[in-house]
Amino acid sequence: MTMKMTGSQIILDGLVKEGVDTVFGILGGAILPLYDTLPQFPQIHHVLVRHEQCAAHAAEGYARASGKVGVCFATSGPGATNLVTGIANAYLDSSPMVAITGQVARRFIGKDAFQEVDITGITLPITKHNYLVRDASSLAKTLKEAFYIARTGRPGPVLIDVPKDVFQEEIEYHAPGKVDLSSYKLTMKGHPAQIQKAAAMINGAQKPLIIAGRGVILSGAFAELKELAEKAQIPVVTTLLGLGSFPESHVLSYRWLGMHGMAYANLAVNNSDVIIAIGMRFDDRATSEVSSFAPNAHIIHIDIDPAEIGKNVRVDVPIVGDVKAVLTPLNKLIEPAQHGEWLQQLDIWRREHPSTDIRDSVAILPQYVVHQIYEATGGEATIVTGVGQHQMWAAQHYLYNTPNSLISSGGLGTMGFGLPASVGVKMGRPESQVWCIDGDGSFQMTLHELATIVQEKLAIKIAILNNGFLGLPRQWQELLYEKRLVASPLYGPDYVKVADAYGIAGAKVRRKEDVIPAIEKAIACDGPFLIDFGIEPEENVYPFVPPGASLEEFLEVPTKEEALWQRQSTR
Amino acid sequence: MATTKHTLVALVDDKPGVLNRVASLFRRRGFNIDSITVGQSETPNISRMTIVVDGTNTSVEQVRKQLDKLIETVKVTDITGDNIVVRELALFKVKTTSANRSEVIQIVDIFRANIVDVSTDSLMVEVTGDEDKLSSLLKLLAGFGVKEVCRTGRIAMTRGTIAESGRRTSRQTESSGDR
Repeated sequence: MTMKMTGSQIILDGLVKEGVDTVFGILGGAILPLYDTLPQFPQIHHVLVRHEQCAAHAAEGYARASGKVGVCFATSGPGATNLVTGIANAYLDSSPMVAITGQVARRFIGKDAFQEVDITGITLPITKHNYLVRDASSLAKTLKEAFYIARTGRPGPVLIDVPKDVFQEEIEYHAPGKVDLSSYKLTMKGHPAQIQKAAAMINGAQKPLIIAGRGVILSGAFAELKELAEKAQIPVVTTLLGLGSFPESHVLSYRWLGMHGMAYANLAVNNSDVIIAIGMRFDDRATSEVSSFAPNAHIIHIDIDPAEIGKNVRVDVPIVGDVKAVLTPLNKLIEPAQHGEWLQQLDIWRREHPSTDIRDSVAILPQYVVHQIYEATGGEATIVTGVGQHQMWAAQHYLYNTPNSLISSGGLGTMGFGLPASVGVKMGRPESQVWCIDGDGSFQMTLHELATIVQEKLAIKIAILNNGFLGLPRQWQELLYEKRLVASPLYGPDYVKVADAYGIAGAKVRRKEDVIPAIEKAIACDGPFLIDFGIEPEENVYPFVPPGASLEEFLEVPTKEEALWQRQSTR
Repeated sequence: MATTKHTLVALVDDKPGVLNRVASLFRRRGFNIDSITVGQSETPNISRMTIVVDGTNTSVEQVRKQLDKLIETVKVTDITGDNIVVRELALFKVKTTSANRSEVIQIVDIFRANIVDVSTDSLMVEVTGDEDKLSSLLKLLAGFGVKEVCRTGRIAMTRGTIAESGRRTSRQTESSGDR
């Protein structure tokens, strides 16, 4: 049976068949035919955002919270270019996304027509794959392929650029067959010989360490990771994006490594003799200077993307495959072990370098605020962050015990990610309490999404750690650029008034004793709630491994005397 | 680490934009392509690219994997160490006068190259071979004045398997000729 369908109908029908119920976007000339067809597909809820970048971030937040493919729409030209940051973010953090952009009609392509940009060319290096669809008859197949590519293997964003007249073209519809991509190879199962080699190496290790990354979350290998760690008593540290892969309150958790990670986690890395790197890619913020990374360790690297093997660090036993599919047979070969001495050593380092102690203060410390949010939510909330100091504090002072409970921009480090991403997160995980912990700098980049939050009636709690600075660059200026604070002081509006103008309740907190009541008020509130926490303005994030240093060369919170001396020398 | 010239063979879907994807990848990963040639392969809708790139073994291996990751890439092989036949085609337009024309023709003959066009003041030479042969001929012709040079870049193919002893001999011969 065949029937006539327009390009728009084929796309929306395809989305429904892929299980899509929510899309984020902004309309415009070239994509109007698709929007005009939307009412015929009531299964799809369209969320109108206020800037296309936020459509992409929201789609990514939705994908990361729900495990489904996030979808965003934008029109041609500026609509499409505005998506770029969000697509790049999804690319670097391996989030499954399909972006559909309108393009000028086919006869105008290449003519520098109104709102024409070569978005497939522009997004070439930041998409897993992209398409310019040249006729409606290939739409159904393209859409199916795009979803398949976006969600399989190492997930990533796929862009489909559709000329306006392709949306409008009416053709005989033929259902697409199975996806047939002979050139797209997936290695899911690890090589048995490699798995055996890895098991032998782990079984022989004296000081083994697991480094768990986002691949564990993407693979849903929470139980398998836990089994591996517990069976052989192997301590676990995670990457920033690996937070939520292993419960941080677990006795084997030594939290996370890297530039602002725990000092004891970094010491563990550089003193281990076998590293089992699982679904992580040795990003420079995690490894710091690679030449001095884990100098005494043999490295087992499990990753689904063969190109990640040996890219940044030397690897002794590479295993290409899906984390879950590799860990399942690997765990069977692991012999029970204790590693008591090694774990004791780690505990000593943790006592010597606690890394997250919060000092007594009159002022509101950001660490204190995050910790209170943790206490008040019982660690059960989903935390979404922007990028900067607040992101590091949110990662340090909240314990991520529930799977996939931190959603943050890791690879690209996109300021402004928090608010739009939390829109998608809340929609993808409506039953969860969602807290957007943001900085005043990050928040001001995308605060217009407050409108989307109200429009969609999303009970998102927003905590702004407001220090009046672009804090992370300010910290670098203080520590690495002889305190020359160029362009880092930042004016901000009255955020509670801004929230009020959008119809969102809020509280301004300037005294420490008001912190807990405000958090409780936010939680008690049925709808969205914004709290502006006026924090100690020049608080720094510690531990801090300066760029170019080895992981062991971390700076810790200065002692009172050091702090006093530093302050005097500034004046 | 020492860099060497690597020859990569990539089989890719014959679709618009594929060459752009490949070239863009090399640019992004910081590699200069010495030469790239693209044409049909034995399989319909699959193109064969021969790419010559300078780099360390590990960095070229990284590029090979990244290249393999492109959705439209069917297969990428680094055939540098293999027993391969390497060829390039070139056209040279050489300035000639009636006085030196026969001298040029003699040189061209020695190289088993062909004259494909003659005019009053120039000859066009067509030559195939490995890069060294082409460069040597070009150097000899330079004395006469070379007005135009057009080279295709390397194409390469792995030799078929023959008896073990014979194979080794042919590899040695070829590798000395390649250099």
